[in-house]
Amino acid sequence: MNELIGTIDWSRAQFALTAMYHWLFVPLTIGLAFIVAVMETIYVRTGNIAWRGITKFWMTLFGINFACGIATGLILEFEFGTNWSNYSWFVGDIFGAPLAIEGLFAFFMEATFVAVMFFGWKKVGQKFHLTATWLTAFGVTLSALWILVANAWMQHPVGMKFDPAQMRNVMDDFWAVALSPVAINKFFHAVFSGWALAGVFVVGVSCWMLWKKRNTEAATRSIKVGGWIGLAGLLLTIYTGHGSAVQVARVQPMKLAAMEGLYNGSVNQGLVAFGIYNPEAENDPQAKPILGEVSIPGGLSFLANGKFGTFVPGINDLIEGRTITQSGDTIYDLSYADKIARGKEAQDALREYDRATAAGDTVAMRLAARRIEQNYDYFGYGFLDNPRQAIPPVALTFYAFRIMVCLGSALLLIFIVALYVAYNKPRALSNKWLCLLGVLSVPVVWLCSQAGWIVAEVGRQPWVVQDKMTTGVAISDISADSVQLTFWIFAAVFTLLLVAEISIMLRQISSRSLTDIQAPDND
Amino acid sequence: MKIISRVYRFYADGFRNMTVGKSLWLLILIKVVIIFGILKLFFFPDVVSQKTDRPGNESQTVRTEILNRQ
Repeated sequence: MNELIGTIDWSRAQFALTAMYHWLFVPLTIGLAFIVAVMETIYVRTGNIAWRGITKFWMTLFGINFACGIATGLILEFEFGTNWSNYSWFVGDIFGAPLAIEGLFAFFMEATFVAVMFFGWKKVGQKFHLTATWLTAFGVTLSALWILVANAWMQHPVGMKFDPAQMRNVMDDFWAVALSPVAINKFFHAVFSGWALAGVFVVGVSCWMLWKKRNTEAATRSIKVGGWIGLAGLLLTIYTGHGSAVQVARVQPMKLAAMEGLYNGSVNQGLVAFGIYNPEAENDPQAKPILGEVSIPGGLSFLANGKFGTFVPGINDLIEGRTITQSGDTIYDLSYADKIARGKEAQDALREYDRATAAGDTVAMRLAARRIEQNYDYFGYGFLDNPRQAIPPVALTFYAFRIMVCLGSALLLIFIVALYVAYNKPRALSNKWLCLLGVLSVPVVWLCSQAGWIVAEVGRQPWVVQDKMTTGVAISDISADSVQLTFWIFAAVFTLLLVAEISIMLRQISSRSLTDIQAPDND
Repeated sequence: MKIISRVYRFYADGFRNMTVGKSLWLLILIKVVIIFGILKLFFFPDVVSQKTDRPGNESQTVRTEILNRQ
């Protein structure tokens, strides 16, 4: 058992490392593709040759990031087959279909139009080139769609039926999977956060150039485009973030309770603006979960239900079965103890199905299959021994959520300041403190973006597929040592690649002039 | 035929005239070699297939694994 716990932790750590490394590149690719397309559109519409140089400069940085990020996601698929083999089999077709669509459609789309984007400046017409740039932006966004559809299905499994003979979930409604409200919200939230991240990147790099007094005119223009797109992206991220919170309240209320460190919910529940999580609350019902709490009255009720004065269940409420419906009404559902009993019933029925199959008893198989179907909604709870095991790591989820929100708010301010100064006081852009603020915002936006994924993924623990499969069951029966070994190999390889990639990026930023329109056309 | 030749020339010229792109392709090549030539080959076997006595019996392997994982 200890060996298995070691395997769970190392597999989690390895997956988190790989996914977080992959996520360093993805949002910048999504956002920068869009920014470059807007810049090239300005060039085509105005005919101003300076915009061509600006477009090519940012397009080259897009290319570097694109090349650096390419194939890093493949490692995740290897991990599914080796470290998460039970999970891969259990969800195979549903998880595989969106990924296959991504590979066939979006990848080929990107590969074709990225080539035209980089090789085609002098080979194809201006409008054809612009179309290729927009289609690249569209292609990278579509790639994100399919990955996020797959991820959303894990958070809110819909459109499938469990087949006990195959021991896997089989998709029976593609559109329910693809158009699940969780998937749609997650997609827009991730894409708009990519715009915000790329906006900060453009503003930050431009600030660096202003600090160095290089290409000041082009840097100021870049700040305007990056600033507007970043600001729009951030505002839309906040809007879709609210949509995500509403979805989480409906389909993963335990995650929402963990995000707030909320053990006992109430009507008109406040949103914690500041506070220190008290881990003693996990074992002591009398302990205050949040110390030094400063709350926005009714804030969480509004976030979760779209209106003040509504009830938001806490961890203890959910365990006891008090929750809210899709329409936000408070109801008494099954307690977690009951859900565990129903889950165990489904698993016993599955064993019965197995025995009936071996005996060739089709009547018993049908009866067992019916029992499985009746209890399948709670299948995963059967792997738990007690309700407390269904609580995610509250402290990490609570702080990651706060980091995401606080840094996101700070970035909103940075965009507003950058745009105000760029339009109204362009001379102030040479102020080194202002430039330093812009440069420092670059690592901050990545921290904010990664924190968002920590909330989404840590907050849904212990589920790898919500209510259906726990992380402990999803992993393969392999030795912890082998996973540990590959973890360290990845850590070393990723660090080396990241250093190489950042150095290529920095060399490009510091060596090339934004307005150098004579620069080679094939970068 | 003419179109194929034009597409070929488009890509060939593009690759030939790359500047920073050459370093990036080298980086991609190194990554692909590490990922497929080392990691996939030596460290990432398909565990379900390995643990299954005969092809087609994978569902039984996973069922046993999952139901015994309490």
